[in-house]
Amino acid sequence: MSNKKYKKLTPTQQEYQRFAKEREPKRSVLFNIAKAFLVGGTICTIGQGLQMFFVTYFNFTEKTAGNPTVAVLIFASALLTGLGVYDHIAQWGGAGTAVPVTGFANTVTSAAIEHRSEGYVLGVGGNMFKIAGPVIVFGVFSAFVVAIIKIAVQVLGGVK
Amino acid sequence: MIQGHQTWVFPSRPVILASAAVGGPFEASGALANDFDLLHQDLFLGQGSFEKAEKKMLEQACELAVDKAGLKKEDVTFFLSGDLMNQIISSGFTARTLGIPFLGIFGACSSAIEGLALAGQLVDSNSAHHVLAGTSSHNGSVEKQFRYPTEYGAQKPPTAQWTVTGAGAALVSAAGNGPIITSATIGRVVDMGMSDPFNLGAAMAPAAVDTIQAHLRDLGRDPSYYDLIATGDLGSVGYHIACDLLKKHGIDIPEGIYTDCGILIYQDDQPVIAGGSGCGCSAVVTYGHFMKRMLKGELKRILVVGTGALLSPLSYQQKESIPCIAHAVSIES
Repeated sequence: MSNKKYKKLTPTQQEYQRFAKEREPKRSVLFNIAKAFLVGGTICTIGQGLQMFFVTYFNFTEKTAGNPTVAVLIFASALLTGLGVYDHIAQWGGAGTAVPVTGFANTVTSAAIEHRSEGYVLGVGGNMFKIAGPVIVFGVFSAFVVAIIKIAVQVLGGVK
Repeated sequence: MIQGHQTWVFPSRPVILASAAVGGPFEASGALANDFDLLHQDLFLGQGSFEKAEKKMLEQACELAVDKAGLKKEDVTFFLSGDLMNQIISSGFTARTLGIPFLGIFGACSSAIEGLALAGQLVDSNSAHHVLAGTSSHNGSVEKQFRYPTEYGAQKPPTAQWTVTGAGAALVSAAGNGPIITSATIGRVVDMGMSDPFNLGAAMAPAAVDTIQAHLRDLGRDPSYYDLIATGDLGSVGYHIACDLLKKHGIDIPEGIYTDCGILIYQDDQPVIAGGSGCGCSAVVTYGHFMKRMLKGELKRILVVGTGALLSPLSYQQKESIPCIAHAVSIES
């Protein structure tokens, strides 16, 4: 924890937070990264296998095979979420399951299942993008900013 | 009757005539499965949502407690209940079913003990003949409200806890046979500036220690007076912090007396990370496990310290720290 975080706290609070911090179980960052690499890598390898499968057997090119590959991964992730398995893999795999497209599918599916009890419109419709929403908002926004920068550089006679 | 700064003593000796504990599937494979009155294999209890399942559990616990006491619902003077749902809907809806005059309470996960303390006070002050105190929590409904969707794959840190699916109720009466509520210490809110909702054990530990300290001070007691002192849901992380904090404050609890309901309820091999939490945690362990052990004569004097984190998802998002509270009730046979 940085010192900045302690600034607003009273000396007693600061003392307690240090006291508590010493007694919390430590997370092995290295081990967690290794697990994330393994799980994330496995998901991507499956994706690669799917892509090759579509290219070899279904007349897709390497570029067009992307769409069916992602669709299969999303379907698999949604299915595993519905069966209640995905969150257990995620507890072990950490960022390995969150970063690939399967993680995104999981956020949407889990929220949709969870809020089914409040009806299709207010429940499923209103909450489906509860977790995925910010990713879309800031994804689109940052793409917009990058595009503006690119155009500005081009206009000023930079990279053609 | 007030004694010291913040402790009630109950000279009329209100009795816990009966108590009941209801649990879910995860609790059924836990360490205290035998101490429940009713266990469910279905997390939904055949209901349409987690919220409805929680309400059903609370109803069952209340009805069981009234039944076991040999009373009818009409005999009960007041029903005190609280839970973690917004606007304490589980309690309100259960009160609708029971039809007993109802007072809703909220002390987050300390609600069970807050209810028991108030029940003792109502009976002791001759304001009621029989008071039913209940509380509930459901893993699905609580996770949904406070955290992420249950099936969302977010990795939880090693300090995170598992919300107990369970409901407990106790029937407190002026006369009869059973364990006696002898005193209750009402805690004050303690906020050590902790702000991580995945580390509530560490946030609540100072509140628990503050209340234990106040209880012993007000009654001039030594911790060894009790056979068992149990905090509500600090989990393994908060428990160890509380142990060291007690020592630091000069309260020396002899080995084997201090424990935590959040540690007791599950088996070591269950994936609950730091242990159990939620309103149901202290309720089912106290009203199921501890009561059974008291009736068997294994425990004579216990102090249960319900711990609660008074945060909401909104207060957390607005970067507020977590205010915590703890209430203690001493039960003797």
